Order: sequence, then structure tokens, then C-alpha cells
Amino acid sequence: MYDVAIIGAGVIGSAIARELSRFKLKILVLEKETDVASGTSKANSGIVHAGFDAEPDSLKARYNIAGQKMFDALSEELDFPFKRCGSIVAAFSSDELPKLEELKTQGENNGLSDLKIIGRDELLELEPNMGKKAIGALFAPSGGIVCPYEMTIAFAENAAENGVEFLFECPVENAVKTKDGFLLKTGRGEFNTKILINAAGLFSDQVNNWLSENKIKIIPRKGEYCLFDKTEGALVGHTLFQLPTKMGKGVLLSPTVDGNLLAGPTSTDIEDKANVATTREGLEEVLAKSGLYTGGLPLSKIITAFAGLRAHSITDDFIIGEAEDVKGLINVSGIESPGLTSAPAIAKHVAGLAAEMTAADKNESFKPRRKGIPRFRHMSTDERKALIAKSPDYGQIVCRCETVTKGEILDAMRAPLGAKNLDSVKRRTRMGMGRCQAGFCSMRVLDIVSEELGIPIDQVTKFGGNTRLLIEKNKATI
Amino acid sequence: MQVDLAVIGGGPAGLAAAVAAREAGIEDIIILEREESLGGILNQCIHNGFGLHTFKEELTGPEYAGRYISKVMETAIPYRLNTMVLSISPDKKIIASSGQGLLELEAKAVILAMGCRERPRGALNIPGGRPAGIYTAGTAQHFVNIKGYMPGKEVVILGSGDIGLIMARRMTLEGARVKAVIELMPYSGGLNRNIVQCLDDYGIPLRLSHTITEIIGKERVEAVKAARVDENRRPIYETEETISCDTLLLSVGLLPENELSKEAGVKLSPVTGGPLVGDNLQTNMEGVFACGNVLHVHDLVDFVSEESEQAGRNAAKYIQGSSRAGKGIEIEATGGIRYCVPASIDPVSMEESLSLRFRVGDVYQNSSIALYLDENRVINKKRPILTPGEMETLILKKEWFAKYPNTKKIILKLETKE
Amino acid sequence: MKKNIICISCPLGCRLSVSMEAGKVTSVEGHSCKRGAEYGKTECENPVRTITTTVKVKDGSLRVLPVKTEKPIPKDKIFDFIKSVKTFEVSPTVNTGDILAEDVCGTGVNLVACRALT
Repeated sequence: MYDVAIIGAGVIGSAIARELSRFKLKILVLEKETDVASGTSKANSGIVHAGFDAEPDSLKARYNIAGQKMFDALSEELDFPFKRCGSIVAAFSSDELPKLEELKTQGENNGLSDLKIIGRDELLELEPNMGKKAIGALFAPSGGIVCPYEMTIAFAENAAENGVEFLFECPVENAVKTKDGFLLKTGRGEFNTKILINAAGLFSDQVNNWLSENKIKIIPRKGEYCLFDKTEGALVGHTLFQLPTKMGKGVLLSPTVDGNLLAGPTSTDIEDKANVATTREGLEEVLAKSGLYTGGLPLSKIITAFAGLRAHSITDDFIIGEAEDVKGLINVSGIESPGLTSAPAIAKHVAGLAAEMTAADKNESFKPRRKGIPRFRHMSTDERKALIAKSPDYGQIVCRCETVTKGEILDAMRAPLGAKNLDSVKRRTRMGMGRCQAGFCSMRVLDIVSEELGIPIDQVTKFGGNTRLLIEKNKATI
Repeated sequence: MQVDLAVIGGGPAGLAAAVAAREAGIEDIIILEREESLGGILNQCIHNGFGLHTFKEELTGPEYAGRYISKVMETAIPYRLNTMVLSISPDKKIIASSGQGLLELEAKAVILAMGCRERPRGALNIPGGRPAGIYTAGTAQHFVNIKGYMPGKEVVILGSGDIGLIMARRMTLEGARVKAVIELMPYSGGLNRNIVQCLDDYGIPLRLSHTITEIIGKERVEAVKAARVDENRRPIYETEETISCDTLLLSVGLLPENELSKEAGVKLSPVTGGPLVGDNLQTNMEGVFACGNVLHVHDLVDFVSEESEQAGRNAAKYIQGSSRAGKGIEIEATGGIRYCVPASIDPVSMEESLSLRFRVGDVYQNSSIALYLDENRVINKKRPILTPGEMETLILKKEWFAKYPNTKKIILKLETKE
Repeated sequence: MKKNIICISCPLGCRLSVSMEAGKVTSVEGHSCKRGAEYGKTECENPVRTITTTVKVKDGSLRVLPVKTEKPIPKDKIFDFIKSVKTFEVSPTVNTGDILAEDVCGTGVNLVACRALT
């Protein structure tokens, strides 16, 4: 019998798990994919929003403002990359200027005190590459950029180190209310839990609707992105926004915390919750709209494109709290933008709620700090020498585009909740994320993974399921 | 650690350059190679067609590499394997990383021979899923020829350059079904012989003037959509058809790998992506030379060897103290010629005869290649056919410059009949 | 009758025009060298190809060994040849040029190693 079961190991589930591990509780996280951050958490803008865009008095506003303040301390404590680079909402015509004022007022109503309306001159000082059409902007210095999957991995690893159990490739097929809590039927067996936290992202409506009469509806809202080579990473220095619309914050242009340039997302409601394909129209829209900021983009420097699905609730706000008609079910649903920013604050709140409900004691041996994998690429020559002295594997460069060593790839598999396939290794090390997009390193990493996990090389997958890279031996069908 | 000559890359270019430098009298050489053996890309090019110029025999890639590796062994040229150069500073200080630690070298001369990389799917921005089963042709070639495993069974190949054509045959001979080779241009980028022996021999259709507009598949590639393109190479979406497959191989461009060169301060050509060099193959940085695919992408390894031997000889001269007095005269490549290597010539210091290598930007029939020293045409070679997929060579003689000593401009151009 | 083919003997790829009568080649035009003339004749009477492939390695420095047919073999024997080397397995030491098998598939042609295996 578990005290708490969390469905979903995205950023929300992982952050909640970590906060919950501050208490003496038996906690289980159930994740249907092979790794944490396999859904929306790995395919979003990576923006820590200042909070001017959220509607005042909404949960989005409350948790955005509270969450964004927590990033400096958290990123240091949990060792994930974060940079408070500032946000700029650009206006491209004079009738957009009053809307900037509205946004500023909204931000101030939400509690922000450092918002500033700036004219073209000041805008050009902040962003010298700004194009001719931008005439003014709202500047929010507290906005930032983060690596969303590294953040998720950091939360999850710390949770695991503090005693939380994680089960992967474990889809929950049904949940029923029992006398003491809930019975979860999963692809890997049945589990009983007192409290059930529904952090199932795109499928959080399904989980709720198994149990509650108050139905939730989640609409997958697709956002497509284009990612540019690091050579373009300094084209802009802040996250650039257009004026928001009903469908969302619009197509932005931003440096990423790792030094790339990111353009996107679009916003299109779709039906299929597993459809993360990019589309011709979507990519065209990304490039057209993000081209507005600088008056053009270096299209030959695109290295990849991807799509993510927002878990949009038809109520237009987060759904956070115990279900009215189901005691012990805590829903954390509809977490679309500013969900990433809100995650630390949501986690604190939900963990507090669950701890109260279970009258939990503090976990005296809670370890708040987590150290990630060493990053050879960021080290000085002396630091590199010291690292290689620890283990020669750190001297072997495997991914030449991102300068990732064999030692780091091994670390990715040896960490708590270690990587089991190439995409998981990729998210932990950046191997394969460079301009050659794993063209050089896949064959090398295949060998390292095969050896470390003790599996035949043709069983190594890209992300589990039917994603093996090597299909059969030569001449197998001759 | 000090060294006279550091050669970055132990593939065909680096090997030939090192051997030539040794033959020119340089003892203190080191070859830095990131793979676990010398030979570079030739190790996975198990097909034949190499060596007809160099050795007057037709060899496979590994055999060709083996000839140069033997010379390296015979002359005991030092080399390090599994060693990746991390940086080259403007003053020729090299830092390289391996399991043994960081190697810090100060070289009198450096030869850049890092080769090239492949353009990936992402750079083409093809919409669709990101399933398993999408590889550049070279990556697939490594899987098959080095690891001994097939990346898929039903294959579509985008790009009819030689690598795409070679892989069409290779996959077929290992049991896969290659359903089509899709080519954007109205002509193939590869050698005619490869169309015959890689496609025609196996009944593999070549779809010219087509491109891939979408990749379908969530976990594994399930199909691709292909469409005809118009005269501006834009897809005509009404002609889209779906081809089922489990693997997509991309042979859509090779890019000289000059990240290290850029960091060192080497000036690159915006056309080739490789360093701008003079007739001695020296870059804008003194004592830094470039040869092989890192300089410009070659079709025949025989020319790589020739070029690299030239770089080795010149690096040796540099180390031995000869220096160049003046600046070279820039060559203007025009009238259909996309680029030429070298980019400039010093008529005083050049060798007696010099190979000028270049490519055209389109298909030209019945034209001729002309070289002018100011208004003086010094050579005019007829060519029945010129294509972008085949590098051309023109031999320049030092004596022409003696005839026109005050030459200010060198122009290389195509001249078409009326 | 006349056949237009492309010579594959070298990267030039000359366009050959081959005249035939009753299954025998009477003339070859368009070649730039002797090998081209020979190719024109052979290709139309008895087409052959040099085949390169890899064979399994039992142990040693490589996982698969690149090999080739020492001379071209008849085109219609290509897949028989591939089938016959499927079960082949080599062990160190092998040197470049070593004959790994003789008279593969009754073609009279040897299988030769293209790389050293240590």
C-alpha cells in the first residue's frame, strides 16, 4: 500500500514527487513511457514567464508569479541550467501600443513591479538585431529560459535519491475507488494507494473521469518549433514575444539556455493525443511569424524542428486540488503555459496538500541538493584534466558537435532513473543535439549503451517500443 | 609539447599529406585521428572505384587507405588514435582529448584534414514525425559496413549523389528492398557509372525532379510522401504520393567540417564552406594548410591524395624556412563556375605546374573553360559536358605568368559557343 | 542492332554505342580507352560485375571484413554469390589480398580480403 501514487513523470509529476519526498511517505510515480519528461515536458519553449500574460486571479497567474521567483535557488540546488535573460513583448504597429500598456497593467495586477514600456531606441539598445517593423515593447526583466527536460530530470533524480519509487513503461489502465484509497490497474500490475495525484498531462482528463462525476476535458493543442544552430544563438539576447491572442502567447524567438536559437510555437487544436508530427503549414507559420522580429532568419542554419502538445483544459485555467466528489484524488490538470514556470510552486502546494491529508511527518534525511552529470563542454582546460584523471572515459569525445564524452554517456545510464535508450541519453548529455543531429555519434553511442546495459546492440532503441536502430544482421533476408 | 607538423585527421587527406611531408624531409610529425583506426571514411567505403589515377588499379576504399597506412607504418610517422582535437588557437596551439588525457601541442605547421560531415534531415526541415529509421547515408553505411547490421528493410533514398547511389546498391546486396531514389534536380548528382551499377543493375527507380515532402511514422518510419518539383525546385503538392517504407536514407549534401578552423581564425569561403587557400594550400593563417574534403568536397579520393601531397610538400617547405614574400592574386571564378581551389595564386612562388580544381553550378554542354590573365586568355579547354557533380581540373603553368608579369587579375570562366 | 550503354570501367562513364548481330558484338564506338572497348563487348555478350561485400568475423579487430571478387563475375550469379558468402566466417589473421575462398559459386573467381584483420 502506497501513501501517495503520482500518475505522470513529466515536470509536474516529478516536481511534486520531489517536494513530497520531504515527508516520510511511501511514494510511487507511474509513467507510461520509458523515461521522465517524455511528453509535453520535453517539447516546449523552455520559458520561465515573468507573469504579465496570465489573467489576474487565475491559478495560472498565482502559480506563475510564485513559481518564477523560485528558479534561481532551485536551479542552483538541483543543478539544472537556467538564465534570467528577460522577456520583451514587441509591438509592430501603433495600434498595438495600447495593448502593451494593458499587458503591463495586467502584470502589475499580478504582482510584478519591474515592467517597463520602452520605445524603439531603447529596444534597439537591448536588441540590436531587431527589425525595422518593431516600434516599441514591454520589457519584463524577470523572464527567463530553462532547459525543461533537464529540470524534470533533476526533480525526478532528487526524488528518487530521497526514496521515491518510479515505474516506467507502466501505463495506468484504470483507477477505482477503494475503502482505503485507490486501486490502480496498470500494464505492470496492480497498486494500492491512499492518495492519488493525477499529473497525467494530456491524459489527466481520462484519469479524473474514471473516478469523478465532474468531468475534465483536455484538448491537445499542438505547438511546432524550429531550432537553429548555436552559431545563431546570439541573434537575440532576450525572449521575444508578440502580443498574445486567445490561442496563446504566439510565436516567439528566443535564445535557449544551451545557446541555440528557438522559434515557435504555433497553436493548433488537434484530436490525436499522440500526434507530435510537424506539418508543412506549421513550420511555415513558425518561420513567417518569428521572422517578424529581426526582419529575417538564417534559414540555412535550422538544425531540427519538433512539436509538442499542450494539455489545454476547456476551462482555460489550471485545475489544481482535491476532486470535490472523490476524497484523496488530487488533480493537477490542464497544465499548459505557464505550466513549466508554475511547476515549482504547484509542486509545493500539492505536496503540502497531500502531506496534510496523510498527516505525514518530515523526512529528516531529506537531501535537497542534487548534482547532475559533469559538463565537459563547459569546463576549462584544467577542469577537464582533473575530470579525465578521475576516469579516462571523460577523455573520449563521442559527440563532437556538443563535445560530449563517453564518461558523461555512462553517467547518464548510471544516474538514478538512468537512461535506457538513446533519446534518454540525449536529454541527459546533449549528445545528438548538435548540428549533425547524431549523424556522427549514434554509432558510437549504440556501442556504449549496448555494453553498459548488457543488451545486444540490435536491441538498443531510440525511445523504447518499436524504435530499434539496427533491425537485423547483414544478409539476414538473403 | 612541441612538434614541427600536426596533421588533424588520419583519413586519406591527412595520410597523404603526412607521407608527403615526411618524404620532403620532415621528421617531427604527428597525425591526430579521432577514430580507433587510421583510414578515415575510406574504411567504410567498401566499394571499388578508387585508385585508378593514383595506383592505376581499381581498389576498394579500405585497400586504398591501406596503401597509405602502410607508408605511414613503414616511415614510422607518429600518430594518435581515439584523439579528438578540441581547439586550435591562432598561434597554432592545439588541445586534443583522449582517454590518456588532454594533449597540448604547439605546432610549427598545421595541416587541416578533418574531412566533412553530412547534412541531416533537420537542415532540410522536412515535416513529419521523428521516428526511428531516418539516417544520413554515411551513418547507414557505417552501420552496414562496420557494424554488420542493417538499419532497415524497405528503403527510400533521398539524393542521387554517389553516396546515395552506392547505398542503394549496398542495401540491396544485403537483403533490403530499395523502393526508389528521389532526386531534387533534373539530373543525378552522381557518376553515370553509379546509375548503371547501383540502380539499373537492380531495377531501382530514380525519380528525378522530385523531393520528399513528409515523413510518416511515430515510432518507426512507415512511409514517406514524395512530390514532383517545378522549375524552381518547389514541390507541386498535387503530385504528392505516398511510398511505404521503414527507412529513409538522406544523401543531401556534404559540408566541410571547419568548426576548428573557424575558431582558429581561418577565413572560409562562403561558397564551399572550406578555407580560402593560396596555391600552396596555405590558409590566411601562416603555417596552417588545408586539404581534402575539409577544403572542398571531392568526388574522387585520387584527387584528395594529389591535393594533400601538395599540402604536405608546402607545409614541409614552410617548416624548412621558406616563406612567401607577397600576397597572391585572387582568382575570380565566374560565368557558371561556382568556385575554384586555390582561391589565389602567387606567380613568383608557385610550383611549375599547378592543379586548379573547380566545380560548375549547373549542367553545361559544349562549353569551354578559359583562364585569363588580365585580358590575355592563356588557355581554353573544350568540354563536351560539365556537371556540378564532377569536380574539374585545369593545369596552370608558371611560365604563363612569366609571359604576363604584371598580371593584376586572374579570371576563370566558362565560355559557351555563341 | 545497336545498343547504347554507359561504360562503368572508370569514373568517366563514356557513352558507348555497341553494334550486335546474332548475339555477338560487331563493333564498339564512343570509348576513350581499351578497357571501354572491352567493356562494350563483355557487357552485351556476357555482362559481369565485380562485387564488394562484407563477411562475418568470428573474432578480432573488426566486426565484419570487407571483401571483393578478385575479378568480375557474371551478373546473373550476383545473388547466388551473396548467398554463398552469407555463412562465411573469418578469424585473424587475415591480410589485405588474402584469398579467402576459391572459385566462389562455380564462377572460377576467388574471394579476396580488402582489409587486414588482426
